[in-house]
Amino acid sequence: MAKITLNVDGKAHGIDADADMPLLYALRDDLGLRNPKFGCGLAQCGACTVLVDGVPTRSCVTPVDSLDGRKITTLAGIQKDGKPHKVQQAFIDEQVPQCGYCLNGWVMTSVALLEETPKPTDKQIREALTGLKCRCGTHISMLRAIKRAAQA
Amino acid sequence: MNMQINRRSLIAGAGALTVSVVLPGGKARAAVFGADKRPPLIPENLSSYISIRADGGAVCYWGKMDMGQGTDLGCAQMVAEELDLPIERVDILAGDTGTSVNQGGASGSTGIQLGGVALASAAAEARWQLVQMASKHLGVPADQLTVANGVVMSKTDGAKKVTYGELIGERFFDTQLEWNKQIGNALFVKGTGVRKSVADYKVIGTSPLRRDVPPKVTGTGDFVVDIKVPGMIHARVIRPPVAGASPVSVDEASVKNIPGVQIVREQAFLAVTAPREYDAVKAARQLKVTWSDVKPPFPGHTKIYDHIRAAPVIAKGGDKVVGDVDEAFKNAAKVVEASYEWPFQSHASMGPACAVIELKPGGEAVLYSGSQKPHFTAEGAAAMLGLPKDKVRGIWVPGPGCYGRNDAGDAAADAALIAKITGKSVRLIYSRADSTGWDPKGPASTHKARAAIDKDGNVTAWDFSSKGFSRLDVNSNESQPHDNLAGHMTGVALKPTHIFNTPEESYGFSAKRKTWETVPPLLDRASPLRGAHLRDPLGPQIHFASESFMDEVAFATNTDPVAFRMKHLKEPRDLAVVKAAAEKAGWQPRTAARKQASGDIARGQGIAYAQRNGTRVAVVADVEVNLKTGKVWGRKITVAHDCGVIINPKQLTMTIEGNICQSLSRCLHEEVKFNEKAVTSVDWETYPILDMSEAPESIEIVLINMPNIVPSGAGEGTMRPFAAAVGNAIYDATGVRLRQAPFTPERLKAGFA
Repeated sequence: MAKITLNVDGKAHGIDADADMPLLYALRDDLGLRNPKFGCGLAQCGACTVLVDGVPTRSCVTPVDSLDGRKITTLAGIQKDGKPHKVQQAFIDEQVPQCGYCLNGWVMTSVALLEETPKPTDKQIREALTGLKCRCGTHISMLRAIKRAAQA
Repeated sequence: MNMQINRRSLIAGAGALTVSVVLPGGKARAAVFGADKRPPLIPENLSSYISIRADGGAVCYWGKMDMGQGTDLGCAQMVAEELDLPIERVDILAGDTGTSVNQGGASGSTGIQLGGVALASAAAEARWQLVQMASKHLGVPADQLTVANGVVMSKTDGAKKVTYGELIGERFFDTQLEWNKQIGNALFVKGTGVRKSVADYKVIGTSPLRRDVPPKVTGTGDFVVDIKVPGMIHARVIRPPVAGASPVSVDEASVKNIPGVQIVREQAFLAVTAPREYDAVKAARQLKVTWSDVKPPFPGHTKIYDHIRAAPVIAKGGDKVVGDVDEAFKNAAKVVEASYEWPFQSHASMGPACAVIELKPGGEAVLYSGSQKPHFTAEGAAAMLGLPKDKVRGIWVPGPGCYGRNDAGDAAADAALIAKITGKSVRLIYSRADSTGWDPKGPASTHKARAAIDKDGNVTAWDFSSKGFSRLDVNSNESQPHDNLAGHMTGVALKPTHIFNTPEESYGFSAKRKTWETVPPLLDRASPLRGAHLRDPLGPQIHFASESFMDEVAFATNTDPVAFRMKHLKEPRDLAVVKAAAEKAGWQPRTAARKQASGDIARGQGIAYAQRNGTRVAVVADVEVNLKTGKVWGRKITVAHDCGVIINPKQLTMTIEGNICQSLSRCLHEEVKFNEKAVTSVDWETYPILDMSEAPESIEIVLINMPNIVPSGAGEGTMRPFAAAVGNAIYDATGVRLRQAPFTPERLKAGFA
């Protein structure tokens, strides 16, 4: 066990954990955050995505001891003044989720995309979101939502 | 109870006399109607379906649940309609054995079709009761009263009015309904109150927004994986490397460095627990197990269709034969024949199943599960816990998607067994491999179709037969040990129901025969290839075959595929969906594959149609095929959809959209691979699904509203003809007829060669 400090959503948190424990378990079990979800543990689906220094990162395969001095942002950290982020608002307006289990990854990746490319083309959106999985098949409404967020 | 009876007799004796009482903290009541405690939760009690809040809004209790398609909202709309309340004032509680009777859970797209219709019928009775109460209270005959926005008032004197809240707010209906004595999907109740006529609909047909969306998007709602209960330990299961093997010995020393780890073993069942979640993960990975040596039980996925064709027939069935089929084939000028094959498919839910068992004092327990059938699943958990079924409350909490009998029920039974053995409350989540590798599967099948053609090119007979694994090796109700892996691994064999289906259509051929045969399961228990319900059980398989074949027959008779269907389909609603889809898609008639290509890209268009339990769907797929890579893109998908009266057009549209992308995934990518020992499709690399880069460019949906026809399901109908539409489009684009799903680049390229 090692003492590890994680900077999550603007706050420093000290935890005791195995150095190689994936960040996902620290976020869910030690910090009590529920938005990053366990989907595969293999970095294949994106349900566990957080931003590390603004870059979408699969927390299920990121060891906790690799994050010293890094800024971690979770879904809980993208809202401002208690209001949904514009990506979230667009996902609500478009009624995107069905089961909603994958949603964290799509929202976080879209937030990062719009930071980098505020007015993405359809192709850029599809490329940025490649690799994320949605089993309910809400792909079309997600594309609509991201385009809507880009207009917001 | 005495108090309640006394009050009721008082009211009965007092006739229209109003009795005003003040409840603690409440405002003056109009009268004492109903009961102050919720009567027993049994199907014949009106209180089991509807109650009125203090503010006069309603709560309805639904023994089904919604998996994200908005069917709960649809049911709330149906209740709001009957109660004359705006939808904002109707809440719906679902899937909790403590609050709702067993209406069968999510099942066969019957949420609205059966569950909502039963609730609406109960709501009509609630409205009737409320009007009777108001009549007594106001001293106005019931037929002189009208209801709007939850206020009952005299038709002639607007000053005479009373609200639902004043009549029975925070109390409970104490009257009964006529119950059809059925539990599950078939449950129906009826009172004196009759449902509104279509012309009076105000809420049905509108599109209020789903209530579960904002918490899902802002991450403020709980999923099963977020449930924590006091004293809970974390569990992981360990499945054998060869299906059917059991642990011979377990090396405890291999995990002794992990704090608090406990090995849970009973017969073939093996799991580990630890107070910290990641410790349970590590223990499951680290534990050294010696497994029994068993004969590998499977033929391997490449030999599965040969296996099915050679396997003994365990059961057979079919529809009533029309005409003299054999005679028609004897006299045929030409016979068209083809065979089709569909693989095992996985639910591959977005996350592996999770279940929480909370042990309560006094021999009670609570199950938190994402299963589609919490009433039955709680019974399954009770069986593993060794508790009477009424001692286990099942609470549905959103899980990682559910499109049938997935791994959720197995997780519940596993968690219950672990809780029983350890004596502790447990949260169990599977690994990805436990989920994709071991969930119940949509069964593999083979299909043969023949058509007899006379000398003038008319179809004189159609003969369709299927042979495959049953869709019910394990029952969707998951209430019995023989339907759960935990039961199998502790010595209970499968008790399959041997059942298959036939195409659902209205082709009016003068002779028609549709039959099926099932083959024995590959392993008598704990099989990772046990057949079960997966979104539209057997529908995609059967209609891929039957609707691909109709395309083949159309071309064999020199007929355009749309014209062929318009000529032979008999039911007007079927004709209407085919016509609407063809028109919307800009169908281009042809009597042979058009093979339109520019450069490496060939473009094609295909149609298919099916009925599903009252619903009718036609799909036109416009696809692009890369002639170099063999990759298929479902570029534009058009769906015409008739599911009777439309409750919520927006959510219906979204449901169809989801069906489209999931169907595209299943027909382009999905095949469970396995060798002789085990399933080898165990994650998203080995069981790929549709990627965002492959999502259609556009979707066109034509909703056909049939206000005077009862609602039927929409959760699965589109999935049924979808694969055939894509296969038929691939044929139009390339001239390659794919008779085996999925339509992978390898199969396309083999076709080009």
